Amino acid sequence: MSSPETSVRKSVVVNTPIAHAFKVFTERFDSWWPRTHHIGKVEPYTAVMEAREGGRWFERGVDGSECDWGKVLVYSPPTRVAVSWHLDANYAYDPDPTKASRVEVTFHDEGNGKTRVELVHSQLDRHGAGWEKIRESVGSTGGWGGILEGFAKSAVA
Amino acid sequence: MVTYQASRQLDALGDPTRRAIFERIAKGPLAVVDIARTLPVSRPAVSQHLKVLKDAGLVTDTSEGTRRVYSIDQAGLAAVREYFDRFWDKALDAFRRTAEAIHAAEQGKRTTHKTCNNQRK
Repeated sequence: MSSPETSVRKSVVVNTPIAHAFKVFTERFDSWWPRTHHIGKVEPYTAVMEAREGGRWFERGVDGSECDWGKVLVYSPPTRVAVSWHLDANYAYDPDPTKASRVEVTFHDEGNGKTRVELVHSQLDRHGAGWEKIRESVGSTGGWGGILEGFAKSAVA
Repeated sequence: MVTYQASRQLDALGDPTRRAIFERIAKGPLAVVDIARTLPVSRPAVSQHLKVLKDAGLVTDTSEGTRRVYSIDQAGLAAVREYFDRFWDKALDAFRRTAEAIHAAEQGKRTTHKTCNNQRK
């Protein structure tokens, strides 16, 4: 299911106990998730990952409007959470589950108050039709490449 | 900015049959006969659609014996992987820093409560 060609794997060690890392990733999703870019037509107010299987993963705008990103597929604290990624290359929500990719995150206790977080974003081929768009937006300085640089900084502040 | 190549790809996928063909190939390499079997379209018509998809840089073909097998253009997939590779690097870095900052703040609060016992009444 997660062939190396169609998935991206990431690993990061966080200097906090496992329960805390899981809690920040899920319940306090809004505190770290990049909000410099969003899919709604109004400014984003908050980003939410509902703490249950079958829950939603969405942003809420300043006017109260909500834009879905996907579904919570697995919610198993403090070790595992998985969500579906329903955004296409234009960052528009596509409800068709056959066009959604999957983000699976596992938390591993490394001892000494450290936690290793592993992330696998798989089934990327399902976003097939928008590839060229993504390449363009990544390549341009005003596009995602530039925006992503900014949010790493804002998350720390 | 829509490049010539990108607009050709959008045109190619504008046709519902071609989009259906493309989506089948996205799940794994297929020969013309396999595609024709799952769609209400003749084999010559499938071949014609595949030619448009190939010209648009969306699929590539290789010959396996007498069959031509079509698969997704890996250059496109590489672009998607690169995009998410960079995206998750940044997002996870932001997550790590935020989780550590919140943790440190909570630890700090606890310490303050324990030691601050010499305030004037």
